[in-house]
Amino acid sequence: MAACFFVCQEGSLLIRLQNVTKDFGEGEGQIHAVHDISLTIEDGEIFGIIGLSGAGKSTLVRCINLLERPTSGSVIVDGRDLTTLPQKELLLIRRSIGMIFQGFNLLAQRNVLQNVCYPLEIAGWKKKDSVARATELLSVVGLADRAKAYPSQLSGGQKQRVAIARALATNPRYLLCDEATSALDPTTTQSILSLLKEINRTMGVTVIVITHEMRVIDQICDRVAVIDHGQIAELGAVSQVFTNPQSKIARELILPGVSIAPVFTPGGKRIRLAFNGETTRHPVVASLIMECQTPVNIVSADIREIDGKIYGQTILELPADEAGAERARAWLKQDGVSFEEV
Amino acid sequence: MFSDMFVKLWQQNLFLLGVWQTIYLTVISTVFAYVLGLPLGLLLCVSDKDGIHPMPVLNKILSIVINAFRSIPFIILMVAMLPVAKFIVGTSLGNKAVIVTLVIAAAPYVARMVESSIKEVDKGVIEAAEAMGTPPFQIITKVLVPEAKPSLITGAVISMVTVLGYSAMAATIGGTGLGQIAIVYGHQRFNQDIIWLAALLCIIIVQIIQEVGMYIVRKTDKRISA
Repeated sequence: MAACFFVCQEGSLLIRLQNVTKDFGEGEGQIHAVHDISLTIEDGEIFGIIGLSGAGKSTLVRCINLLERPTSGSVIVDGRDLTTLPQKELLLIRRSIGMIFQGFNLLAQRNVLQNVCYPLEIAGWKKKDSVARATELLSVVGLADRAKAYPSQLSGGQKQRVAIARALATNPRYLLCDEATSALDPTTTQSILSLLKEINRTMGVTVIVITHEMRVIDQICDRVAVIDHGQIAELGAVSQVFTNPQSKIARELILPGVSIAPVFTPGGKRIRLAFNGETTRHPVVASLIMECQTPVNIVSADIREIDGKIYGQTILELPADEAGAERARAWLKQDGVSFEEV
Repeated sequence: MFSDMFVKLWQQNLFLLGVWQTIYLTVISTVFAYVLGLPLGLLLCVSDKDGIHPMPVLNKILSIVINAFRSIPFIILMVAMLPVAKFIVGTSLGNKAVIVTLVIAAAPYVARMVESSIKEVDKGVIEAAEAMGTPPFQIITKVLVPEAKPSLITGAVISMVTVLGYSAMAATIGGTGLGQIAIVYGHQRFNQDIIWLAALLCIIIVQIIQEVGMYIVRKTDKRISA
């Protein structure tokens, strides 16, 4: 079942974008939607791409299956540069890259089963085989009993499940998800995300998730790229980027509404503490004050719980005397709290 | 109460014959207009700059030609096309010639109708089809036309009613049907009652076309099925 539809070059099963740039328009009104992005998506991972709307993330994901042809740069999937392939081969490669969308994009005049059969028809499967395969996939996504329903009769979550079944029909190695949960309510989002994670685990499909919602990234992604103005602002393991965001845009996305006020007080240096689930189990600031025997001032704090884990930052003003400040820093280091001077 | 001519036509069942001839001309001409107009409309969409296979030059030429034909009032186009009719069917008189001129007049109209229906198809669905590796020709046959089907049928109903209107004017070049009855026996011989009955019969035919067409649309469209 897990057959590859084309000859794969072993050892190079990954997606690599090299210096991908996509411009729209010409001259004065030209827009650089994606600017010189290079990244590698490893086989079997769930890779997140997060950014504000207009950051270029949707264009970037469309460059992966060449729905948007990059202005320059190369898109290498399983060792083959898609930008150099003739149209016919590109169409074959696309069958190994499934895609789901924010708007689901189901064929409104076909029922659920016929929708899932569609990519198999295109791939030239026999009717009997494609119905069997589609039925199997519909039970994977939990919609076996709605095979004869039409999209207009389904809820948003059900439509996205059909879209997932359809995207998986031709056994793709990759699944691109373009804001796939952005039109869904929180509960439905959860169930779709669990389904994507399950597909990744059981079928070994590499999943690429585009979103503007950090909790989507937090819940299922292994690594994340933060995109801003068509460029990568930050890239790394999700736990690392979320605990200690380096770029301004990453901080905005992870802790929306928090901006760091400029320092005007005569007190000591300010530090920003970043929290994850581990360090907030005991009262950090209280312990710091008691154990270091030094007063600190809380300038601002923003802590929020996201899907059971605590994320946030607290800005502390250290005492003006260097010895006390140093004691506090040493204590924080030893306690494993990540912090930086601001 | 009725004019002598009215009674004579009624007794000879000429009104019934007129209804039949009008339906016959309308249906045959609409079918041929679609044979020409459907591919033209599809070509207009596909070759558009946002279409699945942009061909700007072809699109522009096609668009100009279609607009040119649509600009000519039917009564002028009809007499202008008589030589063409003679070339195609060997005569410039009678219903055969009328069908040729009706098709030539209706095809550009149909092409625009088809174009607007196809353009209603959700761009996202087309994108999804492209992402699944669908070749352009199959996008037309498996996505554009099936997804636009209810709208195409609605367009066909409107086109058919337009062709029915044109067919009445064809009485001036020897076309038969309700138009001929109203002009030759009614208008030219001052029998107002004949004109009114012809008009009434046209209203009934159009109502039937409309109702049957909309019934088919409701049956076809899966977006509104309960």
